[in-house]
Amino acid sequence: MDALAPAPAATLHGPSLRQRFAARGFDAVTLLVVPAAIFSLLLFVYPFAFGFILSFTPKAGGDWLANYRRFFSDAFLYDTIAKTLWLAVPVTLLNLLLAVPIAFRVRLMRHQRLLTTILVLPITLGTVLVAEGLLNYLGPQGWFNRTLMTIGLISEPLKLVHNYWGVFASLVITGFPFTFLLTLSYVTGIDPALEQAGATLGASSWQRFRYIYLPLLMPGFAITFCLSFVQAFSVFPSAVLLGAPAGPTRVISIAAYQAAFEEYDYSMASAVAMIMGFVQLGIVVAVLASRGLFYRGPASGAKG
Amino acid sequence: MIRDTTLAAKLWAVAIWAIVIFFVLNLFAMIGTVVTSSFATRWLGTWLPAGWTTRWYDSAWSEFQLGDVLLVTFQIVGAVVLISGILGVTAAYALARRDFMGKRLLVLLFLLPLLIPPITFGIPLATVLYQTGLAGTFWGVVAANLVPTVPFVILVMIPFIEQIDPKIEAAARVFGANTFKLFIHVLLPLLLPGILAALLLVLVRTIAMFELTFLVAGPTSQTLVVALYYAVFAAGVRAVQSIDAMAVIYMVTTLVWLIIALRFVNPTQIVTRAKQQPAH
Repeated sequence: MDALAPAPAATLHGPSLRQRFAARGFDAVTLLVVPAAIFSLLLFVYPFAFGFILSFTPKAGGDWLANYRRFFSDAFLYDTIAKTLWLAVPVTLLNLLLAVPIAFRVRLMRHQRLLTTILVLPITLGTVLVAEGLLNYLGPQGWFNRTLMTIGLISEPLKLVHNYWGVFASLVITGFPFTFLLTLSYVTGIDPALEQAGATLGASSWQRFRYIYLPLLMPGFAITFCLSFVQAFSVFPSAVLLGAPAGPTRVISIAAYQAAFEEYDYSMASAVAMIMGFVQLGIVVAVLASRGLFYRGPASGAKG
Repeated sequence: MIRDTTLAAKLWAVAIWAIVIFFVLNLFAMIGTVVTSSFATRWLGTWLPAGWTTRWYDSAWSEFQLGDVLLVTFQIVGAVVLISGILGVTAAYALARRDFMGKRLLVLLFLLPLLIPPITFGIPLATVLYQTGLAGTFWGVVAANLVPTVPFVILVMIPFIEQIDPKIEAAARVFGANTFKLFIHVLLPLLLPGILAALLLVLVRTIAMFELTFLVAGPTSQTLVVALYYAVFAAGVRAVQSIDAMAVIYMVTTLVWLIIALRFVNPTQIVTRAKQQPAH
């Protein structure tokens, strides 16, 4: 099939087994993929399948659906879905709404690298450090409240940590750069000639955005939304450290963690993890399915 | 480039930059708070601490056994980088050079661990590792961390390998190079920039990877970020400044590698995959 295939050793019995495999793309080079594939099957697919089956064999006995029935009948457990969505959806929408206009502005910048480097800091440092930093910074004696009080916007410190807003802030600090950098890579991937053509024909900047960029970017935005949402939905360290892990920010990952490492009920923990996966999958599929409603086609090449 | 010069357009630009500056200011103030606090003698109810000291670094170092933790962190990260490099580059080569049945399925299999958040697959993974007795050990933590890094290396390396002309390899074959020689003398030198970039990104990501390490680490296999989590979680037991000193040590370890990595990669690559280079 190509120059690298072994030289044909034609026999009376036709091509050998090795040659027949090579013709379908299986040869020594293809086998290089095997170690990584086995690794992925062992440590990713197998645990998922194992967890899926384990979730149907409850630790406390009972029938195969007992874990799921317990989850959906205990308000302490099923409320975690609503609480997590109530954090993840607004944060993701806010991050995306902020990222789009900023990406459109930064696209025109000559020295993007400084800004992107600054924005990559919170992603690199991770949620634990951001949580630790925000605990000080947003606390009643922190610089944030102090500044607002000095300006005279507020007379008493705002309560911003150990509640919903602490987690919200940490998700914006780590989530916005992620959303922004993804958006920027989609926005810069569109040929500026398309916009210039629109401008030549007299479209205003809003019209150029609405009728040229938005339809082209919609698929990219859908993917950005999904990735950012999935990140926010699985919030864990900051919900414990910055939030109220027994109350309004008892997110679903906390429920899964407690089942596994405080009750040692791996069966229940797997059930919660599967529910978490299915909610994420549900939202992602819904968003990606609606992508089919928008334009799909070339966006970069204007040369014919 | 199109420049709008109307008043509304200018106001819009100002508003956007105001948001960016507000975000960046808050980010730096947050990092600044941690650094300031780690050098503070006493900091209560004022803009700046009463005095400055470096003794918190001494106490953090001994209280949290940071020497051991750092050693374990670098051993784990080193193993993860090495193994994901070997598994990832070989698999990427096969995927970039051959078309075979089930290739799309395989690529999907490698894509999933990057799309699914670590905590979702981490809990079933931790369950399996606890049952096999691997959890809590050094290799358990390495194995868990490899789950997202092997696919990451594969997906970063595929476009890198695709842009190398297969004729070069064919020429080496013609002159009698076997697969091993071909790899060492032809492919490795050509791929080195890509491998370096991918592995540096793996390094930075593994140092900061909290969830997977947290779920499977035992007392002797904690990395720095997990130790930091436990310190913040048990805040009140230790002085705040001591925890902040540890946070600064963590920041320095991460940022040193980030700065090295940024010499070879574009910051956006930490979030998205490497953009495919034009072929000519």
